[in-house]
Amino acid sequence: MPELIDNLYALGDQIEDTKAPKVPVAEMWTKAKFENKLVNPTNRRKLSIIIVGTGLAGGAAAATLGEAGYHVKSFCYQDSPRRAHSVAAQGGINAAKNYNDDGDSIYRLFYDTVKGGDYRSRESNSYRLAEVSANIIDQCVAQGVPFARDYGGLLDNRSFGGVQVARTFYARGQTGQQLLIGAYQAMERQVAAGTVEQFTRHEMLEVIIVDGKARGIIARDMVTGEIETHLADVVVLASGGYGNVFFLSTNAMGCNVTATWRAHRKGAYFANPCYTQIHPTCIPVAGDYQSKLTLMSESLRNDGRIWVPKRREDCEKDPRNIPEEDRDYYLERKYPSFGNLVPRDIGSRQAKVVCDEGRGVGPLVGDFRRGVYLDFADAIKRMGRDAVKTKYGNLFDMYQRITGENPYEVPMRIYPAVHYTMGGLWVDYGLETTIPGLFAAGEANFSDHGANRLGASSLMQCLSDGYFVLPNTIRDYLAQGPFEPVAEDAPEVLEARKSVEDRIDKLLSINGDRTVDSFHKELGHIVWEYCGMERNDAGLRKGIDLVRSLRQEFWRNVKVPGSADTLNQSLEKAGRVADFFELAELMFIDALHRSESCGCHFRSESQTEDGEALRDDEKFAYVAAWEFAGGSEGSYEPPVLHKEDLIFNFIQLKQRSYK
Amino acid sequence: MNLTLKIWRQAGPDAQGELATYPVTDITEDMSFLEMLDVLNEELIGKGEEPVAFDSDCREGICGMCSLMINGQAHGPEVTTTCQLHMRSFSDGDTITIEPWRAEAFPLVRDLIVDRSAFDRIIQAGGYISVNTGAAPEANNLQVQKHKADRAFDVATCIGCGACVAACPNASGMLFLGAKISHLGELPQGQAERDSRVVKMLNQHDAEDFGGCQNLGECSAACPKEIPLDVINQLNHDFLRAKR
Ligand SMILES: Cc1cc2nc3c(=O)[nH]c(=O)nc-3n(C[C@H](O)[C@H](O)[C@H](O)COP(=O)(O)OP(=O)(O)OC[C@H]3O[C@@H](n4cnc5c(N)ncnc54)[C@H](O)[C@@H]3O)c2cc1C
Ligand code: SF4
Ligand code: FES
Repeated sequence: MPELIDNLYALGDQIEDTKAPKVPVAEMWTKAKFENKLVNPTNRRKLSIIIVGTGLAGGAAAATLGEAGYHVKSFCYQDSPRRAHSVAAQGGINAAKNYNDDGDSIYRLFYDTVKGGDYRSRESNSYRLAEVSANIIDQCVAQGVPFARDYGGLLDNRSFGGVQVARTFYARGQTGQQLLIGAYQAMERQVAAGTVEQFTRHEMLEVIIVDGKARGIIARDMVTGEIETHLADVVVLASGGYGNVFFLSTNAMGCNVTATWRAHRKGAYFANPCYTQIHPTCIPVAGDYQSKLTLMSESLRNDGRIWVPKRREDCEKDPRNIPEEDRDYYLERKYPSFGNLVPRDIGSRQAKVVCDEGRGVGPLVGDFRRGVYLDFADAIKRMGRDAVKTKYGNLFDMYQRITGENPYEVPMRIYPAVHYTMGGLWVDYGLETTIPGLFAAGEANFSDHGANRLGASSLMQCLSDGYFVLPNTIRDYLAQGPFEPVAEDAPEVLEARKSVEDRIDKLLSINGDRTVDSFHKELGHIVWEYCGMERNDAGLRKGIDLVRSLRQEFWRNVKVPGSADTLNQSLEKAGRVADFFELAELMFIDALHRSESCGCHFRSESQTEDGEALRDDEKFAYVAAWEFAGGSEGSYEPPVLHKEDLIFNFIQLKQRSYK
Repeated sequence: MNLTLKIWRQAGPDAQGELATYPVTDITEDMSFLEMLDVLNEELIGKGEEPVAFDSDCREGICGMCSLMINGQAHGPEVTTTCQLHMRSFSDGDTITIEPWRAEAFPLVRDLIVDRSAFDRIIQAGGYISVNTGAAPEANNLQVQKHKADRAFDVATCIGCGACVAACPNASGMLFLGAKISHLGELPQGQAERDSRVVKMLNQHDAEDFGGCQNLGECSAACPKEIPLDVINQLNHDFLRAKR
């Protein structure tokens, strides 16, 4: 074991992405596609693939790989693949189509992605993402996805935070739903064709590794409680992000880290866990009972103006009675060229800054008012109420339903909330993790967005991974086959099953006196307070202690009613929260060791004179990939850090500025 | 608010079910209906009882996972999903009856949870456009008139929740089916398979034990996405067209 640093982690060997071809970035993907080996169509049906997740990444991959003729088994925890969390994306999907001739190009999308990610993503992956983006739109239109169109019948676009071109395709405020339905339908077509087998209400709880290769999973049938073994030649995790470690987030309630965390425990490196994107336009928290936060699409920032009162005394006043000269349109003031369209990390942090100054609006939560106004009064004056309604009507209705206030009359109130996680399993250019035969796609991997994701870029990445990248790279892996069959009673399989069963038994047997949710809420609060929008050394160290002692209490005092052999929602939650506890510790360690600010990772010790994030490229231009170093139930041994240096050959590292 | 809840409890598909009564206190207007049930469940677990099983995920009205018959109405008194129904729609002292979707085609799983996989099988029967990945033509080569694009979008908003089926006295799935037929049938991309699609999907609908449509309109009235009743006319029209 290498030497421990700070008693928290050890430093391991450098790591490298060896699969990206050594050619100029614009030629990499073409070359990789050509060099990846082929699998003869008649051999394909003998090869099998497990895909965990039916969101845009997993659904698209299942559809495409099934269509190619492989035998695919697809898993999700919901009752239907169509309900995967991708369904909730409101805003849109980017693509470098340059339909508006406003200067967009693959290169500009690539550039914006790398810059937006604060130079903490790989050039190779980001370029490929921009490159296939145009094909994604073609594919989805052909499937019947009803994107917005103009009167000439052509596709319409809008612009999104952090960019100055209109490259975002959208379907009113339901882009995610419409894209997911497209992928879902394509996948169901393969179910009918017999190439895809669908397992709904199944939760993957362990990866099976034989001879160093991923060969299957252990899943629990959530209706009968049965523990099942599923074997295959390749396993793909497309299980989404882990933002629910914060308890309150814009994610669906079931989102969890279990699939990727179980893989991490079996040897897959976990990269950049501390990069959490906080979205600037969410409906503020209203009370303790609250189970989740609701996002208001970022597209609202195209026409809404964000402000708070200049003086604290005005914060309780009816906003309509606060005259223009007493309002502080702080984004327009500080960032004149991007105004309300600054990237998310900047928009979020500035909202926190004004609320911390005591100029927030809305109800007091703790000692603070945590809200700023998003005001459509000017837009209504300029465009008319009807035009505003056509553009944003469903979002306004949603806001009114949740808050009981009418946003056509009174400005909306918004506050930042946890939204997306840029960290995830480390993958190479082929989306393969450090475990051979285990791939990760979509939000579950770390690769494309660096320290901050631009709006409308996740949908693009998920579909790029699922429709275009994985089918090519998995093919290369499968071409090494045929693979030796694994017996259902192989020791590795039995061991994986047993660990799942033991864990379930343990959770059910503790029979303490605190509910799972109460632990989850407290954990979430710790992570938000000390590893949220702003972090510092002392807070992070404190957070680690708090997480550890709460985790110990969890394993001593959690109460999980019911039994294992039936539908048991408390048990499902308990397993997920147990994994969140370990993840939380790794997030803290990662955040602590990275003593620079970059993107969404804001360390208060590292800022410029005017309060912007101050990167340290000399020391931190790398991906932090963490290796699991052991630990049984509830203990997480100090992990090992492997650094992948980020090398910028095509884009020059610059201080990010949106002024 | 203080409320009395009467909730359907049933341990499994073959178990005997019954309405159990639970008082809840300190419910605030800002809570969503499901958050109110969360509060109840925390209490039940605290007392060592099993919580009420119900489905939900996104909690923002878009995944279609939540269900619940509330006082005999699918998703309750407002035109929305149960997760977006807020307690301000109720008053102090109310008694609220909460039951699962009831339909042959949606067998009960536990408590308030039913199995809606029949909807997936209807989609499998033809609810898609056959296009292989990677072979799609340039998107803007295909123009879609705005009114058609808008109509396709309006009906594509169906979230597959099943409220239409639960609200219909015949437990018919025609609104769900009609929404998909209309979405794909409205677009130029969907024309090639338009005839075969409607026949295959309708056959599957019937094979799943959904009832027939008598044009009562309860489905559309209960639909949280306000799918219009005329999608069923479109469905019938397309079916006749296909049979010609
Ligand atoms: C409210 C909201 C709005 C957003 N808006 C936008 C937007 O406008 N544009 C944009 O680009 N991005 C947006 N995003 C981000 C984007 O939606 C997500 O990052 C993306 O959809 C993730 O897709 P995915 O396929 O990786 O995972 P998901 O869609 O989250 O799917 C995860 C899948 O994994 C399954 N799963 C998870 N764990 C297990 C397990 N252990 N066993 C079995 N199955 C499991 C689930 O059942 C599910 O099928 C938004 C996100 C949120 C929260
Ligand atoms: S038609 Fe309406 S009620 Fe029926 S499944 Fe779709 S959204 Fe739900
Ligand atoms: S929980 Fe998703 S629609 Fe209600």
